[in-house]
Amino acid sequence: MRTAAAILRKDLLLELRTLETLPSMALLSISTFVIFHFGLNRDSLSGQLAAGVFTVTLLFAAMLAINRLFLAEREQGGFDAFLLAPVDRTAMFAAKATALFIFMVALELVAVPAFALLLAPPRLGHSLAGFVLLLVLADGAFAVIGTFVSALAVHTRARDLIGPIIGLPLMLPALIATARGIGPLLTANSSGSPQLKWLLVLALYDLFNALLAVGLFDYLIEE
Amino acid sequence: MQLPHCVGKMRDAASTITTEGAAVADAGGQPVVALERLSRHFGERTVLRAITLELRAGQTLAVLGRNGAGKSTLLRILATLLRPHAGSVRLFGEPLPRQAWAVRGRIGLLGHEPLLYRDLSGRENLTYHARLYRVPAARVEEVLAAVGMRQRGDDPVRSLSRGMVQRLTVARAVLHSPELLLLDEPRSNLDPAAGDLVEPLIGRSAAVTRVLTSHDPQAALAEADLVLALAGGRAAYLGPPDGLAPAKLRSLYA
Repeated sequence: MRTAAAILRKDLLLELRTLETLPSMALLSISTFVIFHFGLNRDSLSGQLAAGVFTVTLLFAAMLAINRLFLAEREQGGFDAFLLAPVDRTAMFAAKATALFIFMVALELVAVPAFALLLAPPRLGHSLAGFVLLLVLADGAFAVIGTFVSALAVHTRARDLIGPIIGLPLMLPALIATARGIGPLLTANSSGSPQLKWLLVLALYDLFNALLAVGLFDYLIEE
Repeated sequence: MQLPHCVGKMRDAASTITTEGAAVADAGGQPVVALERLSRHFGERTVLRAITLELRAGQTLAVLGRNGAGKSTLLRILATLLRPHAGSVRLFGEPLPRQAWAVRGRIGLLGHEPLLYRDLSGRENLTYHARLYRVPAARVEEVLAAVGMRQRGDDPVRSLSRGMVQRLTVARAVLHSPELLLLDEPRSNLDPAAGDLVEPLIGRSAAVTRVLTSHDPQAALAEADLVLALAGGRAAYLGPPDGLAPAKLRSLYA
């Protein structure tokens, strides 16, 4: 835990210094909402269409963060420094996944108000608790799969392609569950509570993939 | 030259050269570094071929050879960053890579890359490494002072000169007081004064086991108890520094 905390602290400090990831994620999400607003020529979206737009936007922004997650490690020797140290390799996974989760939450602090402002989904305020719960579980999926894929890409030449090629298919179940879970919350007759089955799908997806990723992570980062 | 703990032996796969008794044999204790027919390749290219040697506590091994001879690869294998493809590697008696976790805390690597984050300060970088190695925070100030970087310790690494970055790299490599130092061109970018500054940390007076490479063979020979000369991935010479004939040394870089 102490090692993971040290890595996480370093990653957050680096982001705070460079501001290379979060601003670009926020800008991308806002730009996407603006494009949908004018492209669809709609002031308001609801139901599955709103859920689809929001989930796709989150995905695009997440891909930015995923591609940059191990950038400093790769370009500035952080990987070697970590591998030289007598520490548990899963600490790196825990730290990077937590950092990605924090980035996603920070993004959503900007993206959700922008979504509400530009695409005005109905009853978002009424369904906010359920909406946030779904987002937290979706962020878990982005964090786990994103970290796994990003680590996988580090040692490959086509690292920028690994995210879309491997990450997207792996994330599909979580993306579908997120969109299907959010959709009913953004309708005029929303009950305000997400359907339990989508929460369960996301929770199980997160748990299964986290266990799998932790088990495989050593093999990914060592030569 | 008196070499009380030096045992060197080399068997080349093709020519079966054996150089034993490079110095007086050590009566007891296991070698810090023991290589037995170590080979490593990158794709089709064999970088190291059947290297066998032993290095005992407190000794310095100088690895010589032209660019691409395999010096850095050897250091990275010893640092547990690369796996050997054939043969065996033992550090402190532990086989690599299986028991790499057991020896990592006892190794310090000073390689071509500083392994420092450019956007963090030297102090922040060393504090991060101190946390990885479970070293008390006070040690960070100690090593910063030792390399003369306390005043500039809060400057981002990207704003420092190459010499200053190298001094921080030395500080990082010795932060956890390693018993085995792997030094790849350790004095590159250092002016004479900085070289003197880091001498107690990584030089002969550090009194730790060292494996070093240098572009200055004469300087490396002066520090070495044992010399490994690499040519085409093979051990062209293994033995005491005074046994390496000037003509042989010249031929290594020809």
